[in-house]
Amino acid sequence: MKEFLIGRLDTNALPHDIFMILGSLSFIFLGLGIVAIITYLRRWKWLWNEWLTSVDPKKIGIMYFIAGGFMLARGGLDALMVWLQQAISVDGSQGYLSADHFQQIFTAHGNIMVFFVAMAFIFGLINYIVPLQIGARDLASPFLNTLGFWLYIAGVLMVNMFFFAGGEYAATGWLAVAPLSGIEFSPYVGVDYWIWSLQISGIGTTLGAINFIMTILKMRAPGMTLWKMPLFTWGSLLSMIMAVTVFPLLTATLFLLFFDRYFGTHFFTTTLGGDPMLYTNLIWMWGHPEVYILVIPAYGVFSEIVSTFSRKPIASYRSNVLGMIGVAAFALSVWLHHFFTMGAGANVNGFFGIMTIAIAIPTTVLVFSWIATMYKGRIRFTTPMLWFLGFLGIFALGGISGVMLGFPPADFQLHNSLFLVAHFHSNVIGGVLFGIFAGLNFWFPKIAGFRLNEKIGRYAFWCWIIGFCLSFIPMYILGIMGATRRLDHYDSSTGWQPFYIMMLVGGIVIAIGVALQVVQIIASAIEKNRLRDTTGDPWDGRSLEWASASPPPFYNFTVIPTVTTRDAHYEAKRQGLLKPAYEDITMPRNTAAGIYISIFAFLAGFAFVWHINWLAIVSIIAIIVCVIVRTFNDDTEYTIPAAEIEKLEVARLKKDTAAAARTAKVAHPDEDMGLWQFIKIVAIWALDVIKHKRWQTWKHQ
Amino acid sequence: METSIEKSHHEAHEAAANDRVMFGFWVYLMTDLLMFAILFAVYTVLHGNTMGGPAGRDIFSMQLALLETLLLLTSSFTVGLGMIAARRGSKSHVLAWFGLTFVLGLAFLALEMKEFAEFIHEGHTMQSNAFFSSFFTLVGTHGLHITSGLLWMGVTLIYVIKRGLNAPLLRKLALLSLFWHFLDIVWIFIFTIVYMGAFV
Amino acid sequence: MKKHKNPARESRPIWYIALGLLGLGLLIAYLLRDADVALLNPKGYIAQQQLNLMLVSLVIMLVIAVPALFLFYFFAWKYRETNEKATYDPTGRQSKYFVFGIWAFPIIIAIVLAGVMWPATQKLEPTDNLAYVSDAEPVTIQVVAMRWKWLFIYPEQNIASVNFVQIPTNTPVKFELTADESPMSSFWIPHLSGQLYAMTGHANHLNILADTPGDYPGSSAEINGAGFAGMKFIARAGSQADFDRWVHDVQVATAELDSTQYQKLLKPTENHPAEFYALTESGLYDKVLMKYSGSHEHSAGEPGENKDAHSMSEKPKGHE
Repeated sequence: MKEFLIGRLDTNALPHDIFMILGSLSFIFLGLGIVAIITYLRRWKWLWNEWLTSVDPKKIGIMYFIAGGFMLARGGLDALMVWLQQAISVDGSQGYLSADHFQQIFTAHGNIMVFFVAMAFIFGLINYIVPLQIGARDLASPFLNTLGFWLYIAGVLMVNMFFFAGGEYAATGWLAVAPLSGIEFSPYVGVDYWIWSLQISGIGTTLGAINFIMTILKMRAPGMTLWKMPLFTWGSLLSMIMAVTVFPLLTATLFLLFFDRYFGTHFFTTTLGGDPMLYTNLIWMWGHPEVYILVIPAYGVFSEIVSTFSRKPIASYRSNVLGMIGVAAFALSVWLHHFFTMGAGANVNGFFGIMTIAIAIPTTVLVFSWIATMYKGRIRFTTPMLWFLGFLGIFALGGISGVMLGFPPADFQLHNSLFLVAHFHSNVIGGVLFGIFAGLNFWFPKIAGFRLNEKIGRYAFWCWIIGFCLSFIPMYILGIMGATRRLDHYDSSTGWQPFYIMMLVGGIVIAIGVALQVVQIIASAIEKNRLRDTTGDPWDGRSLEWASASPPPFYNFTVIPTVTTRDAHYEAKRQGLLKPAYEDITMPRNTAAGIYISIFAFLAGFAFVWHINWLAIVSIIAIIVCVIVRTFNDDTEYTIPAAEIEKLEVARLKKDTAAAARTAKVAHPDEDMGLWQFIKIVAIWALDVIKHKRWQTWKHQ
Repeated sequence: METSIEKSHHEAHEAAANDRVMFGFWVYLMTDLLMFAILFAVYTVLHGNTMGGPAGRDIFSMQLALLETLLLLTSSFTVGLGMIAARRGSKSHVLAWFGLTFVLGLAFLALEMKEFAEFIHEGHTMQSNAFFSSFFTLVGTHGLHITSGLLWMGVTLIYVIKRGLNAPLLRKLALLSLFWHFLDIVWIFIFTIVYMGAFV
Repeated sequence: MKKHKNPARESRPIWYIALGLLGLGLLIAYLLRDADVALLNPKGYIAQQQLNLMLVSLVIMLVIAVPALFLFYFFAWKYRETNEKATYDPTGRQSKYFVFGIWAFPIIIAIVLAGVMWPATQKLEPTDNLAYVSDAEPVTIQVVAMRWKWLFIYPEQNIASVNFVQIPTNTPVKFELTADESPMSSFWIPHLSGQLYAMTGHANHLNILADTPGDYPGSSAEINGAGFAGMKFIARAGSQADFDRWVHDVQVATAELDSTQYQKLLKPTENHPAEFYALTESGLYDKVLMKYSGSHEHSAGEPGENKDAHSMSEKPKGHE
């Protein structure tokens, strides 16, 4: 009876070792804290109506950023734990982590960074910026948008759920290769949590990708042909086409591994006909394109930034686009280079080696395009531009090491060594993460209405560069010394320890950089009157998103603009074509359907982890019912008449003028706030709040 | 009362939305096709791993497979007739043709479940070996899709009875018919690769 | 701190970066002064070839990367807006050779890289025997990866060892790799050659040749469970006389390896010390393969026969 009700859950599953106890307590306190604050401020209704059920891609984008930010902290903490362990676990010492726990930490680190940080920020940027860039009001399916976001959140919950029940995550590496991830070698729930956190958020990604493709191909402003689209939109389109191509592969493979573990089938087992090498192929057919799904939008961001801050159009737009297309196409054909050492033979290995080399061609074309854009430009070294400059050096390092790895005989020596780890971190940090940071700095004024503090932004940037060099250049060296990845313990006779210690120091510097990025945002908010963006176009931008206000109204544009050239906004400015006009606007209603479906998706996943069959069945039925109710609901939109829009615009203009007046009145020191100033201001403010009990005035009326 | 300008604005909006949704559904169908492609690839790789047990040619019934194929092909035909009726706005014909499709689909499912039950009764389950794992998963996933299609069809027909044949329901029937044809095509592949392939 | 922007100070960041990287380089060089950097210190024929290949590919890539990176940072500095002397062309007009150039250069480099990579991959295929390097009598060693140790079986000498393997220098050695009750492992002796996976149900062949005597650390490069970091072994290369003497010593050892002892070895252990056995039962390795290769009965005419696959056990297994 008990087994029917709660499956394989028992008291053993509750947290009983120090790390699980600490982890679950932290989450509980964090959660309770947030709930308490929202309750005190009486903001539940506002939160539900304005944010959680919103289908506005701008709001969903911001929610992705916030969730991604939290997960960045979690994944970064995992990284610090890994570095700390490896710096001290030499000879007789096992460090402070058991081998199994250590293996779970780097597995979680990889999954969180790829699925729950990078994907979140990329999706957030595409959600917010692409509709503005193409002159649309919303995505093609607002419902799929909110559903995709909440499925992602269900995945986030699932990847953290093991702290509360089960006490272990997968200890297999981020892709859980078979047969290590099969039931024989990983009998407990860790791999199941792995499967369901990725499966649920992966389905959300697929739905989101379909949505983005529909939007970009069908909802561009009149006159905006594909060859006139901004490059970030191109990067997003190509990335999402890759996503719809390869995420179904992940979905199928995860289902097959799930069947092996839950039903006892023999897809990837070592006995009764299973073939673990099949899993390796399938998972990497998804896994390799995935990293390009992350980096191609970053290429788009960098193209926008180099063009805007060199004050020139991108050099050879067509080559840039063909370069991105080339990268996307080749990325689908290289997956075997992740397992040259599995023994496929010289001809097969050689073919995939050629495809790997081939990917370098369009990538180099992109680099040349950027170099030529700066040539005879007039370059401003704003923070986004700094991130771009830092990106290329690090990414080149990653690219060169990548092509070296693409030579099968060399790969036999470098595979699964720290050289490999350094290579992909160079590309993922230098390319994807720096692209995200650059994009956030670039579009922050549009999103928040005020620009970011440049000074602290520069401090953060340099911390990242220094930290990266200290962390990853020694890692390349360790790889060449023959150090395998994922080791929880090693001998001092190898001579590796000084390098591990250097890496730990680098990690701490990076952590300081992240802290400074948070400080940057807060410091900018403090000075927001001085930093306000009153024109909507603080950088003298080139594409349509700069034609809207900062932040844009919920309908983005009063009238969808008609486009005739590339760099549409820049051309319009030159020709003085910006005039206000009004029309009726139809907008989608908010919906809680995404939240409900995701709750049941989470419950179904949890039920599958713990073999609670009745819960799984009930949850799936509930999902079907929710989907039916939502899709047969015909009343999902509402129309705002033009007169109403005019009133809203006039009111907004009044508010903006008042804000601009405030900005004019504020004292204008030449420079942004520095770090010491920030600390002083926050300390004074905190003392003032405590002395005068100001929190009572923050309650929502 | 809508003015004629408002009405044409509304129609243009509807038409654009329809176009988007149809296109998006095609993209979804492609993702579903890719998932099936993986299952086909897995079946192709693993179907020889019978561990000394029976292979496809020892247990498949071509008559059964042929009958299932005929049922599905006919049901695609009736779906097509149903869509013609829908575009003409003829509610009773829509109910008749889609209803017939529903029955044919149900018959298909019944035959498939009979086949599965026979295998299981003889001791061949998806846990027996890799061949049976991949067979049951590939064909079973298709059957699950057919079941979803039938559920979708049933709910839609109920709404057609209640609300009549309005524009949103017309669009849903169009998407459903696309889905149904897609499943028919996947079945042709199953018939060829799994059933016919076993006897080659 | 910074009150006014001074043109001379604008170049400061460049100097800071250069000095920083130089300092880091010096620190690393100092830390490496006594170290044995395995990949740069090959003691075997294959490892030497692999190093040469890495260096050649690196040089080819630097030919395009160094000028490109230089131009990138140089332009960024030269065309900064505070530089009055730089020309500014907002139209972005390019010469008609520009598009041709930015595609042609990478394609040429890629062709050169591929031209180096393909023959090297063919030549350094692990399954190829090394008779062309040395005509000494080759040694065959069968390797079974277990949790979490390596069992080495010398079928011709009738001995076996755990986590220790002795080989003669300047002699082709063929390792036949498989695994038993273990996830995939990767057999790696970085001083001697690259790695190859050891998987249940498969026999992967890795041919190496040591040219210098010494003790070389080996490990599993693929994670395979909790005892993964302890799955280390020593590969000792010595003269033919050393090898013969070692073989003789082990043959007369008291410990015996037969099926019963083998089953005991299979149980998971961590940080397993080196052990030496006289082999009293033949065909252990083949029995291991048979245990798993029963998985792969095929009917005739399998699609996807991969003619390039690594050598197999006797049972046919057509595809990856």
